[in-house]
Amino acid sequence: MVKYFETTSVFRFSWDQVAQGFWKRYPNPHSNHVLSEDTIFREIRGNKLFTKRLLTKTNRVPKWGEHFVNARTVKIVEESITDPKEKVLITYTRNIGYVRVMSIVEKVVYTVSRENPNWTVAERSAWIDSQVFGFGRAIQAFGLERFRKNCQQMVGGFNYVLTTMFPNSTTTLSHMTSDEVMTSKKETLKDAAKKATDLAKSKAGPIYASCQPNKT
Amino acid sequence: MNSIGENCSELKNQYDHCFLTWFSEKFLKGDTNDEVCAPFFKVYQQCVKKAMKEHHIDLKEVEKDVLGSADEHAPPPKNT
Repeated sequence: MVKYFETTSVFRFSWDQVAQGFWKRYPNPHSNHVLSEDTIFREIRGNKLFTKRLLTKTNRVPKWGEHFVNARTVKIVEESITDPKEKVLITYTRNIGYVRVMSIVEKVVYTVSRENPNWTVAERSAWIDSQVFGFGRAIQAFGLERFRKNCQQMVGGFNYVLTTMFPNSTTTLSHMTSDEVMTSKKETLKDAAKKATDLAKSKAGPIYASCQPNKT
Repeated sequence: MNSIGENCSELKNQYDHCFLTWFSEKFLKGDTNDEVCAPFFKVYQQCVKKAMKEHHIDLKEVEKDVLGSADEHAPPPKNT
C-alpha cells in the first residue's frame, strides 16, 4: 500500500542560485544524519545535465522496525536533471536495500516562481511503501513524521547553505500548503497508528504535510 | 562533504571544486562543454567505484535509471 505525500516550499533565491546551492547542500547544520555524498555519474545530454549521486545517511528506523532492519546506515541514490534553459531542476531519490521493509521515494521539482521571478518554488512529492504484512498504518504514520522532518531539513538546511552562498539575497521563506497535518514527535506506535487511521478516514486523496522550518 | 571511501575525499573535493566553478560560470550560461573537469572526475570515479565495492553496495541497484523511465512513481490522480 503506497502512501503519497506532497508539499510546496518557496525559496527567496533565484533559480540559478538554488541550482548552484543544490550541489553544496551538505554539510549544513541540519544534515548531521548525512554521512557521505558522492557523484557517481554525470553526463551532458542535449543541453541538460544528468547526475547521479550516492548518499549514505544514518538509519532512523523506528523501534518496531529494528527487528526487520539492523543496518546502521542507509544508502540513497539521487538522480537529477538540470535544465538551465527552461530553468527546471528535477531530483529523484530512492533508498537501496531493505526496499521490501520500507521504500521511500522522493521527487522535488525546482522551478522559477510565477509570483516572483527572483524566487524558486520546490514541489516535493514522496511515496512511502512497505511490503511487510500488517505494517501499513504504522508505516504511514512513520512516513508522515519522517516526511515532515525531512521537509524541515530540506528547507532549513538548504536555506542555510543559500544564505551562506548568497548573503545579499533575502533570507526569509514562505510556505504554501493546502492543509496542515501535525504529528507530535514522541508519539507511541499506538498513537501513531490511531492518527494514521484518522488521517486515512479524513482524507481519501493525497496527504498534504506542512513544512515547519527551525521547529523541532 | 566526505566521500564513502575515506581515501577518496581529497579527490572528491578537487573534482567538486572544479565542477561547481564550471556549473556556475559555464553551464548556467549555456556552455555545455564539460571537458575541463573530466580528468578530475576520472580519478575520483576510480577511487569511489572501488570504495562502493568494498562497502558491498549493490551496483545494479545504483546503476538503474528511474527518473524519466517507466519505473518512475507518478502522483495519484486528484479526485476532488
